[in-house]
Amino acid sequence: MPEPAIAHAHQFESAEQQRDADTLGMWTFLATEVLFFGGLIMCYTFGRFSYPQAFEAASHHLYVGYGGPNTAILLCSSFTMALAVRSAQLGRRKALVGFLIATILFGLGFLVVKGFEYHTDYVEQLVPRWRFHWEGADAGHAELFFWLYFVLTGLHAIHVTIGVGLLTVVAILGWRGRITAENHMTAEITGLYWHFVDIVWVFLFPLLYLIGHR
Amino acid sequence: MNNEPENYLSEHSVRSWLLTTDHKRIGILYLLSILVYFAVAAVAAALMRLTLLNPTGDLVLPETYNKLFTLHGVLMVWFFLIPSIPAVLGNFVIPMMIGARDVAFPKLNLLSWYLFNIGGLCVLYAVVVGGVDTGWTFYTPYSTTYANGHVVTMIMGVFIAGFGSILTGLNFIVTIHKMRAPGLTWFRLPLFIWSLYSTSLILVLATPVLAITLLAIAVERLWGVGIFDPNLGGDPVLFQHMFWFYSHPAVYIMILPGMGVISEVIPCFSRKRIFGYHFVAFSSIAIAVVGFSVWGHHMFVSSQSVYAAMVFSVLSFIVAVPSAIKVFNWTATLYKGSISYDTPMLYAFGFIGLFTIGGLTGLFLASIAVDVHLHDTYFVVAHFHYIMVGGMVLSFMGGLHYWWPKITGRMYPEIMGRIAALVTFIGFNLTFFPQFLLGYLGQPRRYHAYPPEFQVFHVLSTAGASILGIGYLMPLLYFVWSLKYGQRAPANPWKATGLEWQTPSPPPSENFHETPIVTEEPYDYHPEADELPPEPQHA
Repeated sequence: MPEPAIAHAHQFESAEQQRDADTLGMWTFLATEVLFFGGLIMCYTFGRFSYPQAFEAASHHLYVGYGGPNTAILLCSSFTMALAVRSAQLGRRKALVGFLIATILFGLGFLVVKGFEYHTDYVEQLVPRWRFHWEGADAGHAELFFWLYFVLTGLHAIHVTIGVGLLTVVAILGWRGRITAENHMTAEITGLYWHFVDIVWVFLFPLLYLIGHR
Repeated sequence: MNNEPENYLSEHSVRSWLLTTDHKRIGILYLLSILVYFAVAAVAAALMRLTLLNPTGDLVLPETYNKLFTLHGVLMVWFFLIPSIPAVLGNFVIPMMIGARDVAFPKLNLLSWYLFNIGGLCVLYAVVVGGVDTGWTFYTPYSTTYANGHVVTMIMGVFIAGFGSILTGLNFIVTIHKMRAPGLTWFRLPLFIWSLYSTSLILVLATPVLAITLLAIAVERLWGVGIFDPNLGGDPVLFQHMFWFYSHPAVYIMILPGMGVISEVIPCFSRKRIFGYHFVAFSSIAIAVVGFSVWGHHMFVSSQSVYAAMVFSVLSFIVAVPSAIKVFNWTATLYKGSISYDTPMLYAFGFIGLFTIGGLTGLFLASIAVDVHLHDTYFVVAHFHYIMVGGMVLSFMGGLHYWWPKITGRMYPEIMGRIAALVTFIGFNLTFFPQFLLGYLGQPRRYHAYPPEFQVFHVLSTAGASILGIGYLMPLLYFVWSLKYGQRAPANPWKATGLEWQTPSPPPSENFHETPIVTEEPYDYHPEADELPPEPQHA
């Protein structure tokens, strides 16, 4: 029996099956990502457990004034992303594109703030190996903290950049009317990815910035 | 092929192969690429075996010897064993076994193949420009600080190929969950699917940890900052934890798919329903799950606490239980079966015996006190080759023979197949059994020279390796021969159950002309019925 004309790829029996597969595919990918960041957070845990004083002292050199607002920016972006997905489900094209652009702007805003923060770190000589100067005790372990800081936030920033790229593609598709109430999976699985990137930051922020803050 | 009905091989252009999204063609692309990597790695092994003929080991320079075993390990683990059954046979048969037209994400599947080969080319490039001598385990601090050579290039190769494996695993998980034909419930699935599903779980959950570990090595090596260097507050043992957190589950990536093949072959050639279907199915899942918590048994002599070592030892004994369940169930399946000794079955018999030896010697190594004596000796080398070669390679060969008629539409020459299976079995045992003795007597692995009293074992081993080489070359030759001269294969030459046998050989591009509907349990074989004349087919 021929289905009503909702497009689906040839390997699927129905658009519904394709939707299910796409969603499960993205969740599986996110499981991989959890383990990817998990490996590094394991390294962090090792360092934090072994050298608590050095990590606390190093953490105080990070600016909550950058990390805090950036957390707020990403949380807002997750909100607009959720609204974008909702708009896609309801088939509201303009709202979809508008919310996507808002999400993209938040994402770019995050990257800009992060860039300024990296610059400050550079000026304050906190970049391991290239430009590192430490007044307090235990310089080696402080350097280890900053190594973890740069690798973790750097990988996260790469994920944000990829996310902004994906959102741009979805926004263009949405603008051209390719995302409809019946066929909104592109928006939905991109949304899943974006929320994941957001959640990673929600873990990184307290781990890196808030050691010893009470 | 002009007179044949349309099938997935009908189109011949290079472009149609390189841009294909057909899972069957991608399986064949993988087969061709892993053959190349296997050949290079096998040559490395041959050179090592020749060097070891002589106690002074002066055929190649000591550094060259180190580079050879690194190359052998890296290529065999990541570029042959891990993709062998999953990416070749899995890609080819999973969608057909579950009655689907393709995997869930065909383009991603092709991307996996490209990532795999970009990674492979990085590794080969690293070898050509000077080689790497760290061993396939890349242990720190040697790999990060002291090793010369192109460690970063090789690591990047493994890193990139790792994303290929992750995407393959992801594709299989989604395909098995969402693409099954109507009526094909989880407990009607062939056991090959269960084992590939477990494999995919490991691929998806363990490989990213390897990726991040390798990335950390590269950063530490390139910029001198890192988490594994004690001078910087890091710890080299942390590397071992992270590496084996991936690499122990990875050995199950290298054996679970083989177990899947054996679970297909044994019922078919003994005409018996598999004994204890549910146990075999869940033992795959159990291996995948428990396999994640045994990595510490690689580190009994690496400053691990005694209590941790005891826990890891117990867990390693526990992970042997599901493997044993499988062996007992396969053996019970044979009981009162109508057994025939076709090539795939010979490989399956070889698998059961060799895997059992490999598994039991694994228990020696999981016992803390025994491991202190045997750690880093040839005993370990023999143990894992019994699993990797005796288990995985034999089951890969068995599976390749079993599905060859389906893949190519041609039969391989049966007599030659049986001879090759026997030659492989004999050559394998002659190569690796002496290594158990060597290791027990105390010869450490990875040395190019050794005390003269060990020479007799090394000569036996090298002699075995040359026989094993013949066992590998024979199928290569007669498989190629069969492509042109082999008998044309019917749709179901083995009278096997399973959806992949219900479509013509070679299958049409879309696998099935009509989506099949499944109404029966798997492995519906009857040993008595086979001896009676065939009943007329009911509509």
